[in-house]
Amino acid sequence: MVVLEVSPISTEELWSSVSDHWVLGHPPDQGLSLLSAQFGRAVNVRDALNQAMDEELERDERVFLLGEEVAQYDGAYKVSRGLWKKYGDKRIIDTPITEMGFAGIAVGAAFAGLRPICEFMTWNFSMQAIDQVINSAAKTYYMSAGAQPVPIVFRGPNGSSAGVAAQHSQCFAAWYGHCPGLKVVSPWNSEDARGLLKAAIRDDNPVVFLENELMYGVPFDLSEDVLQKDFVVPIGKAKVERRGTHITLVSHSRCVGFCLDAASVLAKEGVECEVVNLRTIRPLDVDTIEASVMKTGHLVTVEGGWPQYGVGAEICARVMEGPAFNYLDAPAVRVTGVDIPMPYAKILEDHSVPQIKDIIFSVKKVLNM
Amino acid sequence: RVLELTGCAASMVASSRSYADFTPEATFDIKKVDLHRLEEGPPLTATLTREEGLKYYRTMQTIRRMELKADQLYKQKIIRGFCHLYDGQEACAVGIEGGITLSDHLITAYRAHGYTLTRGGTVREIMAELTGRRGGIAKGKGGSMHMYTKNFYGGNGIVGAQVPLGAGVALACKYLGNDQLCVSLYGDGAANQGQIFETYNMSSLWKLPIIFICENNQYGMGTSVERSSASTEYYKRGDYIPGLRVDGMDVLCVREATKFAADHCRSGKGPILMELQTYRYHGHSMSDPGVSYRTREEIQEVRSKSDPISMLKDRMLSNNMASIEELKEIDIAVRKEIEDAAQFATTDPEPPLDDLCSHIFANDQPFEVRGATPWTKLTSTS
Repeated sequence: MVVLEVSPISTEELWSSVSDHWVLGHPPDQGLSLLSAQFGRAVNVRDALNQAMDEELERDERVFLLGEEVAQYDGAYKVSRGLWKKYGDKRIIDTPITEMGFAGIAVGAAFAGLRPICEFMTWNFSMQAIDQVINSAAKTYYMSAGAQPVPIVFRGPNGSSAGVAAQHSQCFAAWYGHCPGLKVVSPWNSEDARGLLKAAIRDDNPVVFLENELMYGVPFDLSEDVLQKDFVVPIGKAKVERRGTHITLVSHSRCVGFCLDAASVLAKEGVECEVVNLRTIRPLDVDTIEASVMKTGHLVTVEGGWPQYGVGAEICARVMEGPAFNYLDAPAVRVTGVDIPMPYAKILEDHSVPQIKDIIFSVKKVLNM
Repeated sequence: RVLELTGCAASMVASSRSYADFTPEATFDIKKVDLHRLEEGPPLTATLTREEGLKYYRTMQTIRRMELKADQLYKQKIIRGFCHLYDGQEACAVGIEGGITLSDHLITAYRAHGYTLTRGGTVREIMAELTGRRGGIAKGKGGSMHMYTKNFYGGNGIVGAQVPLGAGVALACKYLGNDQLCVSLYGDGAANQGQIFETYNMSSLWKLPIIFICENNQYGMGTSVERSSASTEYYKRGDYIPGLRVDGMDVLCVREATKFAADHCRSGKGPILMELQTYRYHGHSMSDPGVSYRTREEIQEVRSKSDPISMLKDRMLSNNMASIEELKEIDIAVRKEIEDAAQFATTDPEPPLDDLCSHIFANDQPFEVRGATPWTKLTSTS
């Protein structure tokens, strides 16, 4: 028997209040006119990743891409579209369906001075190769006392999609974020995707790059500055996407958008949320989180992954252990995916992932509204 | 690359014919099988009874129509997520089942709708699973790639993982001494997976009753066999494991080879490997048009020269084992069955929210499951 205790906000109420919400990454009060006022253009996340790889392949001959269907098929999700045509067999390599093997090969190439981008068609398949990611990539610089760096990027879509069921919907942010020696990033929008991928490719360390399939087609306006070839987003630095004073929402990847949507709804009731986009899972930008919590006194973390031993759990623990704890007016709380394997049926899947109403409900609970 | 999937010329070796009666049984020449580490292979002829023929025809046609209906429903967005269709490969599923029994075991990868049917599932519950309804074979919780029946272990989403699983089932068969075996299927794309070679080794060491079957449909998603495999002789890839390469478009070839392989296993000789040369008409999945890495001409050629259902139909008609009208009636009956199933699949309600947290653990006390927020308390039942 299910006991559901949720806020009684109706769907109609919710949707009428988000009808003028965020447009292409800009808050509603700025309006569409801002888009034409800015230089630059709308780029979706897929194209942002594609352009970032293209530019880095051009910039550094040691960079190459390998993975399943990345070359002649243009990428299972078309993220590497056009790259094989431009760079050829040597730099864009189709592999057999053998993750453990090709991840190992990629790491070996990094040992010998190349800068591979190793694509997992989804991060679920990385489990077949996880030993190479952790034991061969993450730990080697340490074990060799600095003699052997591993400049590799592992990338691919992470987390839940739509109707792909239990074996294809897992979020790996917590698992990889657990391991010293790895950098783990999780972009939300096109600027994140572009800047973080460039940073990852230029980083001399193994980077786990967690994309999101449902974000690939979402366009965001990118300014001229962002479109510069040397634009990078620093790894390990979170971004405050929305300033607020009453409560801090900390999130990563697609859920950042949900937080912004929830913030719009809550603003109409006079609640101003500060939304922090982690951008990087490891190293975690605790300073930005603490500064925000010390300002607002309230914290809700939001993630798509499972709750137990997750990203939100880490954030809450760090806040407990640091100076921000004394500023909390209420316990910090996590909004997460439901603690079950992902079901297939739409109604069940919809109830397995955090929804905007869950964020709104949690904020109100934490603020004792 | 030359596809050697020419249709078998059905030549009759022996039959009895009486006017206005159908031929009850006929024997056909079937294509010679390529052998690896085997002195002898399956017979060069296969005997088909009228009854068997009608059954194979109906089952293959049911799979065909069911997959085409799934294509339709997917394009209408009534089926979501992944959907990997089996049309073109029907002779494999049906032929294999013809060589084993339902008390034997079988496991395959994600192109599994046909096997779910041959292993005892109904079209209704398969389609309702695809549409995510409570009447689905996995109650709507598994979807296309995760369907199970008795002695059928899915339906597996991770390429190659099903092969060691199959060996585990075989180990259990040997352990329990029940004379059963396990058929463990994988594709040409999966054939390069390391865990398959690990499985070859342990199955051979421990003489497990396992039939490895590689369904070689020439492409692993968008990658042809030449681009993925240093050796495309998949029936030899088991090295020390005896192998057969079989025409997978001929249901009789598949059946005879499976019988041969089953005898080998049941006699305690350990594993054996079959490569079925087959072809899928659809792309890898519904998100793959299937024509960026192969030509429409190629697909058309296989359809016209090697279609498994046509091949069986021609054999039966030219040997007076059935009439055109009779086969048409079967087609109509199949169409109706599919329509009824689709009707059910589109009208059956979605699973109840109670099911969200059920089936996490077996034989356990109910326990609390954390929902999306700390205040969302859900309950799991076994």
